[in-house]
Amino acid sequence: MKHVDEFRDGRLARVLADRIARAVEPGRHYRFMEFCGGHTHAISRYGVTDLLPASIETVHGPGCPVCVLPIGRIDNAIALARERGAILCTYADTMRVPAARGSSLAKAKAAGADVRMVYSAADALRVARENPAREVVFLAIGFETTTPPTAHAILEADRAGLANFSVFCNHVVTPAAIANILESPQVRGIGTVPLDGFVGPAHVSCVIGSQPYEFFAEEYAKPVVIAGFEPLDVMQAVLMLVEQVNDGRHEVENEFARAVTREGNAKAKALVAEVFELRRSFEWRGLGEVPYSALRIKARYERFDAEKRYDIVYRPVLDNKACECGAILRGAKRPKDCKAFGTVCTPENPLGSCMVSSEGACAAYYAYGRFRDREAA
Amino acid sequence: MCLAVPVLVVKRHDGEDAIIDAGGVRKQVSLALVPEAREGDYVIVHVGYAIGRLDPDEALKTLALFAGMEPAA
Ligand code: SF4
Repeated sequence: MKHVDEFRDGRLARVLADRIARAVEPGRHYRFMEFCGGHTHAISRYGVTDLLPASIETVHGPGCPVCVLPIGRIDNAIALARERGAILCTYADTMRVPAARGSSLAKAKAAGADVRMVYSAADALRVARENPAREVVFLAIGFETTTPPTAHAILEADRAGLANFSVFCNHVVTPAAIANILESPQVRGIGTVPLDGFVGPAHVSCVIGSQPYEFFAEEYAKPVVIAGFEPLDVMQAVLMLVEQVNDGRHEVENEFARAVTREGNAKAKALVAEVFELRRSFEWRGLGEVPYSALRIKARYERFDAEKRYDIVYRPVLDNKACECGAILRGAKRPKDCKAFGTVCTPENPLGSCMVSSEGACAAYYAYGRFRDREAA
Repeated sequence: MCLAVPVLVVKRHDGEDAIIDAGGVRKQVSLALVPEAREGDYVIVHVGYAIGRLDPDEALKTLALFAGMEPAA
């Protein structure tokens, strides 16, 4: 496929690996966090770590939308379908996220709740149009890539005067989460997670541009290189990060210039600004309450806000005690540090959310067996 | 859900929808967020919506960068 295969070329990967090996300074250790699950996936799938010198460590971040959705919000969604008789529409990945008491949306569906998998927010609108006598709620999750489509769907519903459609909004924003990781006690305090730089999100940055990262590259003195989701993109970004660290620079650089500009997608940003505003605080699975890290629907569109329509009350629920997702999402632990990994917890039967989506760190490790390679090495 | 590859815009319909080709698989997506996209462009699609256009010149420059060559002017 054009614009894909060239960025997976094995020969070029070795050229890049060679240049990275020459760039690292002897005796120096480099720890780079890839914020996005898409990068975690690429690193595991293509074995990027095997091509990197031992002095470079990749640390997985919290950029998997499914992984950071707190249990209590899934419980709220299940209750909408079960107790309020609504048709609950959601993306495929959300279906298997473990909720309280061993439940999930998939299990609620099997037990008779009207939960429907949709491919896009537009599909959820279609369900509402086709079922005028029923209430239809779209469980919206995700970072800046999925937010503009949700905004578009709400504006369409407004235009069409769709009275039976609403959105249970769980959209989160990326820059706040990165700042939270940098400020978490593990990172700031005793320094168990010293990060030397970030591989910045690919598709999120298509929407928000590279500009929002400038603040914390400066504030926290950490380099950021925005990278595409193909393996060569990740390797090039690692090389650029190594060079920044060696030079003592901390700038925002853009490896993914083929799709990311400094300003991002103006149209998408305008729709989001029209419909959403920041919440004062939001709970992330694994990170806890993060200030100004999520969006809610503005008062002007509140008739499409499921939280208002159904008076949804959020109750935090603790994760399974064995699950290390929280530490993994902060980069403080790796999937193989979890006792449940691959035993009690597998993609077929996830105990924690990191094992659900293919972008989750635990699922990526499990699917591509990288953990075994490293252990054998 | 964030894994997406650039896809080719094959046919624009009236309004905001278009048919795209992803390695032989055709699908309908919305161009509401990238209204400037034309047939023959590559776009990045997320959950049924194109969110950005791919710049083929920048793609070539990045490939040149991988090979350690000076980017073509
Ligand atoms: S392996 Fe399962 S239980 Fe352990 S941290 Fe990962 S998702 Fe949680």
